[in-house]
Amino acid sequence: MNLKLKNIKSETLSSSNVHEIILEVNHLKKSFRDQEVLKDISFKLFEGENLVILGKSGSGKSVLVKCIVGLLKSDSGAISIFGKKSSSLNAKEFNELRQKIGFLFQSGALYDSMTVKENLEFPLRRMIKKLTENEISDKVNEVLENVGLKDALYKMPAQLSGGMQKRISLARTIAVDPIIMLYDEPTTGLDPITSDEISTLINEIQKKYKTSSIIITHDIKCALKTANRIIMLKDGEVYYEANVADFVHSDDSFIKSFFN
Amino acid sequence: MIKKDSISKTEILSTSCKSEKININSTLIRTFLLDIAYVTLFLTKVLKTMFSSNFEFKEFLRQCYKIGYKSLPLISVTGLILGLVLTIQSRPILIDFGAVSLLPSMVATSVIREMGPMITALICAGKIGSGMGAELGSMKVSEQIDAMEVSSTNPINFLVVTRVVAATLMIPLLVFYADAFSMLGSWLGSNIKGDISFVLFSSQAFSHITFLDFLPAIIKSFFFGSVIGLVGCYKGYNAGRGTASVGVAANSAVVVSSLLVIIVDLIAVQITDLIVL
Repeated sequence: MNLKLKNIKSETLSSSNVHEIILEVNHLKKSFRDQEVLKDISFKLFEGENLVILGKSGSGKSVLVKCIVGLLKSDSGAISIFGKKSSSLNAKEFNELRQKIGFLFQSGALYDSMTVKENLEFPLRRMIKKLTENEISDKVNEVLENVGLKDALYKMPAQLSGGMQKRISLARTIAVDPIIMLYDEPTTGLDPITSDEISTLINEIQKKYKTSSIIITHDIKCALKTANRIIMLKDGEVYYEANVADFVHSDDSFIKSFFN
Repeated sequence: MIKKDSISKTEILSTSCKSEKININSTLIRTFLLDIAYVTLFLTKVLKTMFSSNFEFKEFLRQCYKIGYKSLPLISVTGLILGLVLTIQSRPILIDFGAVSLLPSMVATSVIREMGPMITALICAGKIGSGMGAELGSMKVSEQIDAMEVSSTNPINFLVVTRVVAATLMIPLLVFYADAFSMLGSWLGSNIKGDISFVLFSSQAFSHITFLDFLPAIIKSFFFGSVIGLVGCYKGYNAGRGTASVGVAANSAVVVSSLLVIIVDLIAVQITDLIVL
């Protein structure tokens, strides 16, 4: 079933100066009642790389990323983050680990009842408890500037467009200086121009904050713009794994269908 | 031969109907038992979180403001009309019996013991229960609850505990407020066809009221509040994934909490009867 599963670490190392394994998924399985969504998924995320996980809707991409961040519990298999098996950590240890992981939700998931400022302050106050009011304020302004929305500080999420909500959500995610970024369909529901802006922003964030990222998407333009390496999921399995150049020149009909 | 066939068909039909009925019944029982299990689990989780996590005081105050202060206009109007209607309806009968002087105390007793807490709880089940169901349901659908969890925040502690505690504490206060407005409405009703000063009306109204009239009403109001808060949060927190499930959560929060308020009231009245009378 797996078309091309090769160790491309050396290629990626030479191309983008990545070093060690930051996150490793081994034989991950997840079912919902009788429906097997993830069937034995294994892959690695290296330091400093952007790993794009591509796949059709329903291929298990979002389930995979939710298992990584602990929102869903896998049936079997192991997820190691910074060398620690997440299943062996207690709730407190896992929360500490979560502080190093940023998660951009498909819907943005901004808190409706809070202003943009309060949305950005929320993770800062809860995840980094030693910050002073001035430090929080400075951080909020800094991340807002990074996503180009400094004027939106006192707006409510409902007053923002879809693209602006995604940017604010991204700002909220990077506010706590994560080491790993997980993007769940970052360009879904956005027009091509805004999608391109978000893809650019993902690259800028990687450069500025030195993050390692997993980008879940079915948007091929976003994938090609952001990826160092691509994993293709099909029916809950890793169907193809390659760097961007190999992926683009693949003769496989399923992969080609993504370009049409 | 034909008769035999028809008999066997009837037998088969009746057997299949019976098995279908058994299936439906077993499914209903299974769903009901599962619901009870889920509610118990949720309640355990809420209680465990309540006593083990740091209390979110700021969010609690926000909920108190939403549940208490924002409900004041509705409760004022409802209480006022309740007292007014009760007085206008009772006055002719009491005149017939020559007991019109008992009108203020009769209204006060019925409002303080039963009508005030009950009407306030039902109004709150509609306003607050549906609000909680819809708010938490939409937060679930739009992944806001997941986002909270990812931010190392326990959503049960932040969203559920604060709402349940706020509802438990605010409903009794709203009941007092509704009682006061009902008495005001009753005084206005008494003055439509009669003439009685507010001081005289008040002294007549409270002449027969004792602390034992207030106490059961206060106690059951706390239970009404916690039931409304718990059901609203449970329905919202466990809403399905689609947008339609937000409506379902809000609707079932109102229906179930209203029903439970009536059941709690029935139990409270029985217990009060046994203890007080």
